[in-house]
Formats: sequence, structure tokens, C-alpha cells
Amino acid sequence: MSAAFKPKHQRLALVGIALIAILVAGVLAAWALRNQASYFYIPSEIVAHPPAADRAVRLGGMVKVGSLKTAPDGVTMHFEVDDGKAQVPVTFKGLAPDLFKEGSGVVAEGHMVGGTFVADNLLAKHDENYVPRELQDMSKQQARQTVADTK
Amino acid sequence: MIAELGLAALWLAAALAALQLVAAWLGQRAGGETLARVVRPAAVMQALLCGLAFLMLLWTFARTDLSVALVVENSGSDAPMIYKIAAAWGNHEGSMLLWITIMALAGGLIALIEHRLPEKTMLATLGAQAFVGLGFYAFIVFASNPFTRVAMPPADGNGLNPALQDIGLAMHPPTLYCGYVGLSIAFSFAVGALLTRQVTPDFARVMRPWILGAWIFLTLGITAGSYWSYYELGWGGWWFWDPVENASLMPWLAATALLHSASVLASRDALRTWTIMLGVIAFSMSMIGTFLVRSGILTSVHAFAVDPTRGTFILVLLAINIGGALALFAARAGTIAEGERFSPLSREGALVINNVTLCAVLGIVLVGTLYPLLTEAFGLRVSVGPPYFNPVSMVFVTPMLMVLAIGPLLRWRRDSFARVRAPVLLAAAAALIALLGLWLLAGMALLPLLGLTLAAGVAVSAFMPLRGRSLKRLPLSVWGMAISHFGIAVALFGMSVDTAFTVEKLTAAGVGETVAVGPWQVRLTSVEPVAGPNWTSLAGRLSASYRGGPAHELAPQSRTFWARPQTTAESALLTRWNGQLYTVIGEETQDGRWQLRLWWKPFVTFIWLGGMLIGLGGLLALIGRVASDLRRRAAARKIAARQADVAEVPR
Repeated sequence: MSAAFKPKHQRLALVGIALIAILVAGVLAAWALRNQASYFYIPSEIVAHPPAADRAVRLGGMVKVGSLKTAPDGVTMHFEVDDGKAQVPVTFKGLAPDLFKEGSGVVAEGHMVGGTFVADNLLAKHDENYVPRELQDMSKQQARQTVADTK
Repeated sequence: MIAELGLAALWLAAALAALQLVAAWLGQRAGGETLARVVRPAAVMQALLCGLAFLMLLWTFARTDLSVALVVENSGSDAPMIYKIAAAWGNHEGSMLLWITIMALAGGLIALIEHRLPEKTMLATLGAQAFVGLGFYAFIVFASNPFTRVAMPPADGNGLNPALQDIGLAMHPPTLYCGYVGLSIAFSFAVGALLTRQVTPDFARVMRPWILGAWIFLTLGITAGSYWSYYELGWGGWWFWDPVENASLMPWLAATALLHSASVLASRDALRTWTIMLGVIAFSMSMIGTFLVRSGILTSVHAFAVDPTRGTFILVLLAINIGGALALFAARAGTIAEGERFSPLSREGALVINNVTLCAVLGIVLVGTLYPLLTEAFGLRVSVGPPYFNPVSMVFVTPMLMVLAIGPLLRWRRDSFARVRAPVLLAAAAALIALLGLWLLAGMALLPLLGLTLAAGVAVSAFMPLRGRSLKRLPLSVWGMAISHFGIAVALFGMSVDTAFTVEKLTAAGVGETVAVGPWQVRLTSVEPVAGPNWTSLAGRLSASYRGGPAHELAPQSRTFWARPQTTAESALLTRWNGQLYTVIGEETQDGRWQLRLWWKPFVTFIWLGGMLIGLGGLLALIGRVASDLRRRAAARKIAARQADVAEVPR
């Protein structure tokens, strides 16, 4: 152990260690990303191809007007997310973000349990500078139509 | 007039940067000595002019000059003075001007005081600094001019972003930018050393205080940013693996690796090319971070000022700077002679493992941050969060912390395991006891369990390098190392305990009702309206008692700002030595109760305490290094003066 590397070999050994570490990190990252990245769905997609129950996903769309109800405990909410083609019931326990309301866009993070989406977190349009990534496109392509359909 | 003066100063500073670049380029050649003498004064003048431009911007914000577009968009006359001034850098244009100002000041400072390196290397360094600077000047004057006027000044500005009206956040960008930009100096030194092929221990010594300084700012910036998002966002979390947080973590990881490899180069003349490589990577991470935040490519809770059209400009800058430096590295790395060799079991060997694992974590964070952008190019939208980052980075953090416990005990060059057996066994025993003790407290998840085990081992071993040495004569840098390493244990302890033992209570309570959360009994006494300088709010009055002890008052608010109609939740915290009670008030329910979200977070404050200890250790090391540099310089001057005296006597 205590013998120094032979000349020439030390640099090679260091480069080797670094490469192995990068390789291991790369393989691990690729494997974990396959399993842990959370995919974004709109209601019609999640209805057509529901994800596995243990898989964390994001669901985005419009909060359907007239669907928002608060449970008797005062902190559990039920509402439907709509993309004009399909609706998905969502349950959320927590404090809703400030700009969360019926008829506006929302992205829910959570997973599917049976036919219901159980959300751990809700992202709404926060201010003019912060719009959840997924909603930026939606407001261009679908939002106007969605709102028009659900009115 | 003030805005025009600022713009003129900015253009002049850019012109001086161009002069600095050309003079450094031509000054390298034979016969260019006259031009070479221009380089240092040009760097100093550039710093002064750029500083002047930034002061002018502060001035327009301080007097709310509504003929300047940036002021109209980002400030208002009703805000308190401190936030009016902070608004100057709380937006895209102003923050870019802050960036280039800090960079120019740092460049001017090395031009003024640094005389240890060969003059050719200094010229190349200042040339590289001017080159990087010019790109940013061009970006500011052509694509994000902060001094643009409006044709018709409105009656009042749009007001400040409510999220930015907080003293912690006001100071957050300048702190992080000092860190980002301090790394530009390390980058320029690395490029300068590559150009002149002068990679010596002296080079590492010159570079080290800058890395240390940048690293301290990054450490404190990340710590403060984490605490800010903890109490301001009202989600009770202290790290979200948000792309913008990652953008500050990546330069920190690279700077930490660079700090350690530079100390190997300075003390032992080993790891030459590796240190150069890290110097390039560290600032590249700063620039990638800026690109991620400023281009608008990621939209996140932090991205206040985004403009996608500018992304292309920054991307080109990034490609030129990073691509150029890496190409230069590829061309020159082979010509740098190999440094001193060492045995695998030695301080150097441990630091190599530190470097490799830090770079692996850096790679994991980088891949996780960029992956959503890559998949989006193929039409697939994903987000990557804690389920990816936590376990995967822990795979490398675990061996890194194990080596951290042992490495500082090892001797340079070669060592034997027999010599360090006792302290290593002691640290291992502490870790094992922690592991067993926690295992008996069943039901603990793997990651916090691992975290607490490592924290115990690192905490015990952190101060062992001080063993058997005279504490009075111990260099400050050794104290700094011990304190920083201990800080890592403290922070890790806080993170693990918070992850494992936090108690959360989410409920709707009527006035007069009592809610239990962990050891606390919290009573909602009343809900009252409160008015502030530019907001109104509903404040809940809570009365909390710990294990039946005396009552403490808390007042979480739901605050509505006027200038930009927007509501934010203002959490209220109660800090004890062993944790924090975290309270948030929500909306009123239909039957007149109030939504309450309460957390009891044991030892959560240790996270930021640990962060501050890490930074404090860095500060001690920096003071120690600078002081010994100054002493060495004074001694050299004395010797030179004496020699001059001796030379004069015979006449």
C-alpha cells in the first residue's frame, strides 16, 4: 500500500479513477432518471394511459368551474382538472396556493389512486413572472379553448 | 442626466476592457513592453468606471427616477428605501450590471496588488479576465441596457415584487454574485497559467485566497437562500432541488473540489492539470447557473426576471468562454509536466477521492437539472425532484464523508494505516454507536439514518487533526479546516433529524380552539387585520406552549400587497435550542374557521448553523492565509531594503 506508483502510472491511475467515477455516476443517474423522473400528463392522457399507482407524476389543466368543494375538515379539497376532452377528480389536503381558483390553470404533483389523483402539492400561476412551465404552453394552445368549453 | 452618465461610464469601462485585452495580447510579444504597462492601469480604471455606472443605477433607484424604464418596471415610490435600492439588482438588467461590476472590481484588485506571478502569466490572466468581461459588457449594452429611458414617465412605478421585499432576499443576489464572480478570477488564473505553461505552487497560492473568498460567499449565499425559501415560501422545506438552487450548488461543489486540489498544488506541487481543469469547470458552472436563471429557459419560484430572447446571447457567450477554455486545456494539458507523486494512502490520496466524489455529485446534479430540458426537446415533459437527487447523490456523498473523517489525519506523500488506527477506530465507533442507537429507535428511513451515522463519525473526527498540537501555535487555516468539517457534521445532523422526526399538523381551527403538534399545544386566540407601508394583512394570533410550559405569542399573516395585487403567506416561527415551531395561516373556511398548518421541526436550525460554521471555517482560513502572505511580503521588503543599504554603504 505504501509504495508510490511507478512514474508514468500515477497520472494514468488518477485519470482511470476519475473515469470510473464518472462512468458509475452516469450509469446511476441514467438508471435513476428512468425510474424517478416525474412525467407530465394532461387529463385526456392520464385517462387513456394511467400511470402505476406508486409512480409520482404531474397533472396539469384547468380547474373545472363548479367542481371545487372543501371537505368538512376545512383543509381537504376535491376538484376536477379538465383539458376540454377529459376530467380527472383530484384530492388535495393542504393550503391552496394564492392564485388557485376555479377556471384557472393548475399543475398538481402526486399520483393516481384508483381513478382519483391524490395531489401532494399544487402549483398555480404565482404572479406575472412565475407560471409553472407546463402551463406556459397550455395557455397558448389549450387554455383559451378549455376555458371557453367549460364556461 | 444620471442615467446617461451611468451609460457613458459603462461604455467607457467596456472600451477599457477591450484595451486591456488588446494590450495584454500584444504585450506578450517581443517589443510589446510599452503596451504591457498599460494593462494593469486599464484594469483598475475599468473597475472604477464600472463601479461608477453601478452607483448611478443605485442613485436612479434611490430617487425613484420614473423616466428610467427599469425603475418604472421594478420599483415604486411607496416602498421603504432599503427595498428601493435592493430593487436595483432584483431584476435582470440590474443584476447583470452587478455581475460585471463585481467582476471588474475583482479584476482591478488583482491588477493592483498581485505581483507574485511572472509578469507574462499576469498579462495572460488579465487578458483572459478582460475577454470574459467584454462578452458580458456586450450583453449588457446591446441586449439588457439598464439605463433605457421611457418616452412618457408614468405617475408611479409598478412596485416591487412582494417576494423580494425581505432583507434576506435583498442581500441574497449580491452574496451569490460575489461567489460566482470570484470564481472568474480562478478561471482567468487557470487560463493565464495554461497560456504561459506556468503551473507552479505559486500559481496555486495566488489563486487560493480568491477561491476561498468565492467559496465563503457561495456557502453563505446558499445557506441564506435555503433559510429564505424555508420561511418565505411557507412550505416548511429547506431544499427543493429547484433548478435555481442547483445553479448555486453546482459552482459550490466545483469550488469545494478546487479549494482542496489547489491546497495540494500549493503545499505539494501535485495535481497540476487537475487543478487547472477544476478552475475552468468552477467558473463554467457559475456561467451555466447564470444561463439557467437568466435565460428564462427554466421557470421556477426563483426566476423573477426572465427573458427568453436573451437566452441565445448568453448561450453563445457560454459556448465561447467554456468551449474556448476547454479547447485550450485539451491543447495544453499534455505539455504540463507531471507534478510530485504520492502514495494512495496519503493526504493527497484522500483529497483525490474528495475531488472525484465531489465531481461525481456535481455531474449528478448537472444531469438531473438539465434532463428536463433535454427531454422537452423531444416533446416529453418531465420534472426531476428529490426521489432522484437524494439517493443518487448520497451514493457518492457517503464515501466522501468517510474519507473526510480520515483524510485530515493522514500525512502528505505517504502514510501507514497503523499510525492513524486509533482515531479512525474512534470515529468508526462513534458512527457505529449512532447507527445501532438509531436502529433500535426503529422506523427510521435509510437516508436520515445514514446521514446521522456519518454526522456522528465526521463530528468526532473533525477536531482530531488538532490532537497533540499546540493550540496557540496552530495556524488559523487548520482551525478553519476543523471548523468547516465540523459544520458539515452539524448541517447533516440537522437535515437528517428534520427529515426523520418532523411532525406536521394541517387543520382548520376556530378562534379559541387548541391544536396539538408534537410537544406543542397551539391556541388560535384571534385573527385581526394589520396594515403595513404597502400592504394589508390578516394576522392570526397564536399562543403556543411547549410541554405545558409558558405561552409564547406567534402571528402568522396572510398578506396582500397593493402595488401588485398579490397575496403571500407570511409564516411565523418560534425558535428553541432544540428546534422550531413553524406556523402558517391560510384562508377562512365557509363555517368561519381558519386553515392552520403547523410543523414541529426538531433541530432544523442546525442546518443553517452548520452552513454558517462551514463559512466561518473558510473565513478563518482566508484570514490566516492572507495574514501569512502579508508577513512574508513585509519580510521580503525588509530584506530587500537591507540589501539596498548594504549596497549603498561602500559608496
